[in-house]
Amino acid sequence: MKKSSAKKRRPAKTPPGDFYRLRLYIAGQTPNSIAAIANLKKICEDNLRGKYRIEVVDLLEKPQLAKGDQIIAIPTLVRRLPPPVKKIIGNLSKTENVIVGLDLQPIP
Amino acid sequence: MPRARPKVARRPLAKAPTGIQGLDEVTGGGLPKGRVTLVCGSAGCGKSLLAMEFLVHGAVRYGEPGVCMDFEETEEKLRANVASLGFDLRDLARSKKLLVDYVAVERHEIAETGEYNLEGLFIRLGHAVKAIKAKRVVLDSIEALFSGLTDSTILRAELRRLFQWLEERKLTAIVTGEAGEHTLTRHGLEEYIADCVIALDHRVTEQLSTRRLRIVKYRGTSHGTDEYPFLIDREGISVVPLTSLALAHKALTDRVSTGIPALDEMLEGKGFFRGSSVLVSGTSGTGKSSVAAKFVSAACARGEDCLYFAFEESPSQILRNMSSVGLDLERWVKRRLLYFHAMRPTSTGLEGHLAAIHKLIAKLRPKVVVIDPITNLVSASGAYDVKSMLTRLVDFLKVEQITSMFTNLAWSGDPQQGAGSAVSSLMDTWIVLRDSKPNGRPRRELYVLKSRGMAHSREPRELIVSKRGIELGMVLTDHTLASTVADPSAAAKVK
Repeated sequence: MKKSSAKKRRPAKTPPGDFYRLRLYIAGQTPNSIAAIANLKKICEDNLRGKYRIEVVDLLEKPQLAKGDQIIAIPTLVRRLPPPVKKIIGNLSKTENVIVGLDLQPIP
Repeated sequence: MPRARPKVARRPLAKAPTGIQGLDEVTGGGLPKGRVTLVCGSAGCGKSLLAMEFLVHGAVRYGEPGVCMDFEETEEKLRANVASLGFDLRDLARSKKLLVDYVAVERHEIAETGEYNLEGLFIRLGHAVKAIKAKRVVLDSIEALFSGLTDSTILRAELRRLFQWLEERKLTAIVTGEAGEHTLTRHGLEEYIADCVIALDHRVTEQLSTRRLRIVKYRGTSHGTDEYPFLIDREGISVVPLTSLALAHKALTDRVSTGIPALDEMLEGKGFFRGSSVLVSGTSGTGKSSVAAKFVSAACARGEDCLYFAFEESPSQILRNMSSVGLDLERWVKRRLLYFHAMRPTSTGLEGHLAAIHKLIAKLRPKVVVIDPITNLVSASGAYDVKSMLTRLVDFLKVEQITSMFTNLAWSGDPQQGAGSAVSSLMDTWIVLRDSKPNGRPRRELYVLKSRGMAHSREPRELIVSKRGIELGMVLTDHTLASTVADPSAAAKVK
């Protein structure tokens, strides 16, 4: 589980279309948030074959970050790359919804 | 007679003043402190402005910084609302008096992937409240969440939790809600608000807009079920706190001159009772405004402030007309004893006019008020209850011990015409003017149709208007009173 602050940018090693940057907003280590993190890791491992980076932002530690991505619900998952930005809410237990909502094109 | 004691709550609620003119009077001090108030109404009724005024006044006048979570308005519109109250949103933010967080609720179609709550909203609100040590909060309009989030069970549970969260932190909050078809708000927010619900109404009937505020619920405070007219002007919202009073005003016994000595004679030689209401009616051109002008002139000469509401002629027209009959009103205007306020009757509905009248009277505190004429106001009232509105106005004037004169246009000889029937029973004194042509020679007549509490003369006298001024001639004996009243039973209806 990687935790990094928002604005760090690293050049993508592969063309943008193939690399996913996902940010998960949580509010403390609640059971729901922990479930979301686990669900997210599984979905990415199953579908994105390592071509992804997950960033977890805990709003209890950094409340000021909620405004930028307009976060109301917890957990919220934001797909930052590849564009366009997509946002879904919930603990990610409904896998189908996650894939469709994030428009995850499985990487072969 | 012993007055009924007002209801006393078992645990009286502390109140947070809104600073909105008239609203604090109507609520007995403001909104319930540390509780959530719901303000609902249709689009454009003024709820966002009310909420914003509550925050701005709270921060600037009462030392209570405020946070606004804005779910709908654009930043532009909010800034304009605040600017209309005379403040700059950015300055207020810089000085930590007011913070706004614009919450965008996007429509998610397959957004929801499992369990969630709205903790993000709580975190943002908490963060803002902490940043400026806010004591007041506005959520405008939280029903926008319903269009963005499809799971209404979660949403409702979270709303309940949010209102508890606010009360735990002793924040005085306003939540705005869109009016529903069969419920107060579209999504039934009123179910979660225990303490105070205010409904705003904005109607346009026959191109006249009327605005009304109603206190639907206010726990712990006895409130009238009245609707209060309000207006929105350059200074924000003004509520007219006129209630149907229980005729509790004192009847004064001192008298004031009518300004016309012969008319004073007809009224026991003393003139009107101070604080009474006088109606002057007559057909066009019979001299009603002149009678009003003489009255006002006499009052100013006594050093009393007069407020003249002109609904037909412009003040400069009135000044010119009166000077042509030897009445110099301009000197009183210059000495700031006479204040004119001119308005087109069709500029707003009756409630709007009443609100403006009330506001000016509260500001200038005159001893004499003239409304010239009241005719068009009455016909501009549309569907609302004219009598009720006018009763409140006259009651208000009497409580303030203001002597008031209303002119009314009657189209024919029957004084009951025009606004006559709606208004006459509210009036203590009724003076009628008319034209007549006995023996072919036209002349004007004046008579006192009624004057409560005094033995008045009922004989008509000739009204002579010339460059020298306004005088009453001798008592007319060439016809009796009975034949001049259009219908004898109409005289009986008078009272």
